[in-house]
Amino acid sequence: MSQLVFEQFLNGIQLGMFLFLVSAGLTLVFGFMNIINLAHGSLFMIGAYSIALISGATGSFWIGLILCLPVTALAAFIIEVLIIRPLYTRDHLDQVLATFGLILFINEGTTMLMGRTPQFVDMPEALSGSVTLFGVFSYPLYRLAIIASGIIVAAILWFIITKTRVGMQIRAGTTNREIVQQLGVNIDGLNTAIFLVGAMFAGLAGAMAGPLTSVEVGMGENLLILCFVCIVIGGIGSIRGALFGALTVGIVDTMGRSFLPSILGAFLDPASASGIAAGLSSMSIYLLMVIVLVLKPTGLFPVAGRIS
Amino acid sequence: MISERHLPKLMALGVLVLLLLPLMLNASGSSYLISTATRLVIFAIAAVSLDLLIGYTGLVSFGHAAFLGVGAYTVGILSFHAYEGDTFFGLPGTLSGLIVLPLAVALSALVALAIGALSLRTKGVYFIMITLSFGQMLFFLFVSLEKYGGDDGMMMFDGRITLPGLDLNDRMSFYYFCLACLIAFFWFCRRLVASKFGRTLQAIRQNEARLSSIGIRSYTAKLLIFVIAGAGAGLAGALSANHTEFVSPALTHWTRSGDLMIVVILGGIGTLLGPVLGTIVFLLLEEFLPLILHSVGLDLLSEHWRFVLGPILILIVLFAKSGIYGLLFRSRE
Repeated sequence: MSQLVFEQFLNGIQLGMFLFLVSAGLTLVFGFMNIINLAHGSLFMIGAYSIALISGATGSFWIGLILCLPVTALAAFIIEVLIIRPLYTRDHLDQVLATFGLILFINEGTTMLMGRTPQFVDMPEALSGSVTLFGVFSYPLYRLAIIASGIIVAAILWFIITKTRVGMQIRAGTTNREIVQQLGVNIDGLNTAIFLVGAMFAGLAGAMAGPLTSVEVGMGENLLILCFVCIVIGGIGSIRGALFGALTVGIVDTMGRSFLPSILGAFLDPASASGIAAGLSSMSIYLLMVIVLVLKPTGLFPVAGRIS
Repeated sequence: MISERHLPKLMALGVLVLLLLPLMLNASGSSYLISTATRLVIFAIAAVSLDLLIGYTGLVSFGHAAFLGVGAYTVGILSFHAYEGDTFFGLPGTLSGLIVLPLAVALSALVALAIGALSLRTKGVYFIMITLSFGQMLFFLFVSLEKYGGDDGMMMFDGRITLPGLDLNDRMSFYYFCLACLIAFFWFCRRLVASKFGRTLQAIRQNEARLSSIGIRSYTAKLLIFVIAGAGAGLAGALSANHTEFVSPALTHWTRSGDLMIVVILGGIGTLLGPVLGTIVFLLLEEFLPLILHSVGLDLLSEHWRFVLGPILILIVLFAKSGIYGLLFRSRE
């Protein structure tokens, strides 16, 4: 039992790290650029497809992993220049409609190029197998690697945001763009940089998802909704909030799915318990978000002074 | 561009076209399109109700499909128990439209009251996300109703609801009934937004702080319009269940809420007529874009028509400031 609890807890953290990789870019783009980018999930998908293609062609997971970053960045650059830039000054609703159009375009384009059959990515030799933790628990190495890369990304972001000049400009820009621009900061350049970095994190997450799930069209959209939940729980624009939100969502979702059926089974008859548990566990993260927002209407770590 | 002064005349013309549409479709031997037209009319009701929130009050609800679901499941569950001949919490099922429709609308309004009361504590993007959450929670609630088909949904084996003097199982009658609902609801909304209450709503969108400072309680007004919009979407959901004689959680999925938002923005927010135009354009593109692409020889794209629809949406956003309505009409101001 304790092996199961431990394993599911780590799975929750792993899902959380994964969500964090995608949410980090989303919350920066949203908080700093004030852009709602529904197509952020498509960048995740582009990352996954590039690793499937490249590692399929070269036979090496690692070449695929490294090359998927410039591929996603290139896609993000084209998107930023052609579509996002004209939308900076526009209403959120216009951004929603335009990036929705972008999702249709990218998804359908991918279907045309790659067909409808899901692609699979082989797990790298070095990361397959399990390790024994604390002498008792065994856990898949690959999932552990995802947790590690999430921690590394979080550390890098924490360093950039809190310790560097660029980070200071980003923090200031999240609070009030116009004033920062008036002070002579090149906001347009920062915008593009943030968009590209956020896109690369999403692409990296997509690439790392490759060996765990099937790579298929539409994989980005469901993830996108989860990531919106994460950044809203954490407070928009806050990296710390995104990390906290992502870990909470990951753990609540995973634990709910694994343990709610048996917990409810203790009170109800098995047939209705499984139905209700399935519904409740899918609902749990949304319920969590509602509770958070009712108690703290701007998320748990609101960016101070941000005009939303 | 047409001046807004001609709007009443054009709307009368539009109603006339919608009235004659089934006759024309019958005459041209394409009566199967009556079903498409009915779907369009029902979707337009939901879109108009969402415009009350997005366009007039500035409340971007991303969970509007929840109320479609409540309306549809009210119809579905009552029909299910009428077919099985058993009871639901002691109440018998029924197909009588005089009971079912008002009940569907009332229940949607009640659910909207509960969701609105909590959601309206938040603002802006947080409101978008909290309404999305409630929508998703209802979606998963419907999925977990194993008795009513769970994931797969349920058929209405006894056919559509009954109304005295009108056979709704007849394609034409059902179309006209839905059209009557759309016209009545549209007329109601036009009156509503022109009223004093409507002014309050528009003031909330423009500057809520100023409104509170002159002593108007914006929360109550927002809650009221949220309930009205929810009731409208509930009506659309009830009609939709009858149209397809099938109810499933897919009706409540977040992509459905997304579609509703898309048609409202596409048509032009805050115009009521815009969302109707948006519905027409969006559903017609969905229906005919593959055929059009096929007929101009782009066979590859005909299967992948979304590849073309996406850029069309982007271009409309980038070059038409207030949607299709803005392209067609010149504002009076």
